[in-house]
Amino acid sequence: MTYIAKPKFHHPGLKKNELGYTHRDYEGKISTLCAGCGHDSITASIIEACYELSIEPHRVAKISGIGCSSKTPDYFLGNSHGFNSVHGRMPSVLTGANLANRDLIYLGVSGDGDSASIGFGQFAHSIRRCVNMTYIVENNGVYGLTKGQFSATADRGSKSKKGVTNTDNAIDLVAIALQLGATFVARSFSGDKTQLVPLIAAAIRHKGASFIDVISPCIAFNNHAGSTKSFDYVREHNDAVNRLDVLVGRDPIAVDYAPGTVQVVEQHDGSRVALRKIDADYDPHDRLGAMTFLQKHAAKGQIVTGLLYVDPEAEDLHEHLNTVETPLNTLEADTLCPGSAVLDKINASLR
Amino acid sequence: MKPTDIAAPDYFHKVVDCQWACPAHTPVPEYIRLIAQGRYSDAYMINWKSNVFPGILGRTCDRPCEPACRRGRVEENPVAICRLKRVAADFKDDIKQRLPHPAAKNGKRIALVGGGPASLTVARDLAPLGYHCTVFDADPEAGGMMRTQIPKFRLPNSVIDEETGYILDLGVEFRGGHRIESMKGLLAEKYDAIFVGSGAPRGRELDIPGRKEAASNIHIGIDWLSSVSFGHTDKIGKRVIVLGGGNTAMDCCRTARRLGGEDVKVIVRSGFEEMKASPWEKEDAIHEDIPILNFLVPVAFIHANGKLTGVTFQKVKAEYDAKGRRNLVPSGEPDQTFECDDVLVAVGQENAFPWIEQDCGIEFDKWHMPKVDPKTFVSTNPKVFFGGDAAFGPKNIIWAVAHGHDAALSIHRLLSGEDITERPLPEVHVSSQKMGIHEWSYDNDISNDKRFKVPHRDKVVALKDIRAEVELGYDVKLALGEAHRCLNCDVQTVFSTALCIECDACADICPMDCITFTNNGEESDLRQRLKAPSPHPDQDLYVSGDLKTGRVMVKDEDVCLHCGLCAERCPTGAWDMQKYFIEMTYAGSSCPTRSRSAA
Repeated sequence: MTYIAKPKFHHPGLKKNELGYTHRDYEGKISTLCAGCGHDSITASIIEACYELSIEPHRVAKISGIGCSSKTPDYFLGNSHGFNSVHGRMPSVLTGANLANRDLIYLGVSGDGDSASIGFGQFAHSIRRCVNMTYIVENNGVYGLTKGQFSATADRGSKSKKGVTNTDNAIDLVAIALQLGATFVARSFSGDKTQLVPLIAAAIRHKGASFIDVISPCIAFNNHAGSTKSFDYVREHNDAVNRLDVLVGRDPIAVDYAPGTVQVVEQHDGSRVALRKIDADYDPHDRLGAMTFLQKHAAKGQIVTGLLYVDPEAEDLHEHLNTVETPLNTLEADTLCPGSAVLDKINASLR
Repeated sequence: MKPTDIAAPDYFHKVVDCQWACPAHTPVPEYIRLIAQGRYSDAYMINWKSNVFPGILGRTCDRPCEPACRRGRVEENPVAICRLKRVAADFKDDIKQRLPHPAAKNGKRIALVGGGPASLTVARDLAPLGYHCTVFDADPEAGGMMRTQIPKFRLPNSVIDEETGYILDLGVEFRGGHRIESMKGLLAEKYDAIFVGSGAPRGRELDIPGRKEAASNIHIGIDWLSSVSFGHTDKIGKRVIVLGGGNTAMDCCRTARRLGGEDVKVIVRSGFEEMKASPWEKEDAIHEDIPILNFLVPVAFIHANGKLTGVTFQKVKAEYDAKGRRNLVPSGEPDQTFECDDVLVAVGQENAFPWIEQDCGIEFDKWHMPKVDPKTFVSTNPKVFFGGDAAFGPKNIIWAVAHGHDAALSIHRLLSGEDITERPLPEVHVSSQKMGIHEWSYDNDISNDKRFKVPHRDKVVALKDIRAEVELGYDVKLALGEAHRCLNCDVQTVFSTALCIECDACADICPMDCITFTNNGEESDLRQRLKAPSPHPDQDLYVSGDLKTGRVMVKDEDVCLHCGLCAERCPTGAWDMQKYFIEMTYAGSSCPTRSRSAA
């Protein structure tokens, strides 16, 4: 919580993107979260990703539920559409908005309580329906707003700030997302922006259900020894399978990679992702392999990060429903209600 | 890069750009905060200690602080530091009780030659320590060039009287109207030390055809200004040409406008941009309908029947050689003649020491300047010191004050039997400004206001009365607004490597992208890898020790707003906002002597 507004002055040499905006233009209000909150780094990463992609702020809808994480859309993209919904109901609101206007970029921001507890069902259904969105969970393993009780993603055996051991099993949202058919699945860490920013950018570019689980240490209640979501623990146990660079447009790849270490994935819109392999055997196109890899490493106490699975040819809910290209909310009455002659024809075909 | 040694007194001093640039190292942000709090007397005393003449300098200073001001790198204009100094002087209460009291004499006698800012500063520092200081000046009143050369419409006599009075009241003996004609004679009077602060009293001549023939209408600028100041000259022709592009030329042309000059112009050899005059003084002249014509070199004074009728100029243009040096070469266009009734020559000033005999132990160099040590200000005669314009040629008041302080320290050490080359370290205080979780003892909310203009007297009225001060000074409200523009650069961002958990909160919140966490490297390499460009390599990088991940924190001091948000958003207190206050060493400071390492 900070009382003063962030000064309007910015560095005189800041670069501008294709739209003429600096990254400061993608900011929102000043954060009211605790000092040092991992969520603020995720906010900064979303700002950076949107700046780098030269996204027009008015083309983004940011939707959230309740919780520390769900407050964050107030802190980025101050000129975008926003909806702060009921606890755990972000996926339904997002799905509805997406159906009404398929032309916007949908950013769902949620937390481990909002998505793994009260909104677990909502999370599951939005993923299995392949809603075209970027679903970011800011995962700190505790209920920060109610003083740090274990959340459903807290690892079994991890210790609370007061020293109590968690006896419940953890929900691994990445594993669930893989199982439910998300077509872009990644995990990252709020303390590693070089990994996180390109992941968010690639997810925004991905058509289909993109899910990113971002481990985000809660400074106030979950950054102690014994926690498995602290800065120190995540840094020690982070097993990154790959690093990526998002390539907008069709510019040649400028960076020199050692042969065989890079894999270029082209997405629907022509944008490409250059994956630099860290784990040589890891194949991000193998859903089953990803699930196995994840479970094996989780059993060893390792946190697998990076782009874990991507299907570049994914379809989304609109394709499944065979909706028209024009956003539904812009269809005029005469299109929506073509008249009794057409109705008669339909009725006749059903007789 | 090695971790930054913030214990070196110069490191944070450099971050306070204004104070670092000020020859006297006035604690600028400190007094501006006091002005914002309405504590004008306190603000005045801080100035008085550092620069001795706050009221005078608040009107006339060359302001090296303002081009250095960090605000000028963040938006268009720096804080109006100089005019805020005047605010402290204008609104203070009676501060006489706060001044040092005349001390019991210690039996040592100091002679000070010249009653200008350098000598008066020496007297101010030494008189309270018990030295008997005698100031000699050819003019009847103290002040030197501040009184004789600066026009009254810029600096009223009342301000000079007040501030020279504060010094003379310390028990300083002032012998006005007493010109020292012989150094030998002065040495024979057995003073314990002699300080020469006699300025650069000679205006440079312009020896071109017609100079002798038209002499009665060609005046040397500083002599003419002095004559106006004492009331000996009260009129000038209708058409006046001022030759020269420095501040004296600006004072000459504006004075001429007030003494009957209707068509007054300034004509300079160089380009307008390269003129030596301060930009604001050029502005003021232009505002008074005085055109400034450039790239014109005077070649002859035109006269008829022993009377000046005009000046002929050769047109030139600037050419730059391979080394980037500028040369003025004839443009090939025909010469141009401007008609006029009077010419004021303000093409520079020179030192003159006809009164210092060859054989009194004071050596001069090939430019006829005394050999003076730039740190101690001692000449080759161990008892004779020089300062101000007399030491290294014409500069300005604030430099004279700085020289005076250093010379006074030397004299005090000499007469205390100490080595004058050993200079005690300045005293530095660094203290946290934290009051609560998000509360600081300074106003960290950055003002977006643009620089406030100082109200001026109406031009018609101002031009009628040569003693009517043109600038009226800020009122309390404007002063408050301007004071809030100060970025409090003396409230330093202090980083503790051991406390940092690398959560990135500071880097995320910093409005200026000053903070980067990255792998260490050489400075030139690091500067390439910062979050935002680093266009000013003279601005230091603040580098932490190695952090847990092996990276370092690098902060580019360049455009930091000192808003304290890094410290507010830091969960572990690794960042703190700490006020840095440096107390320069003056004669009589009690700080222990240590050898000073360069920062």
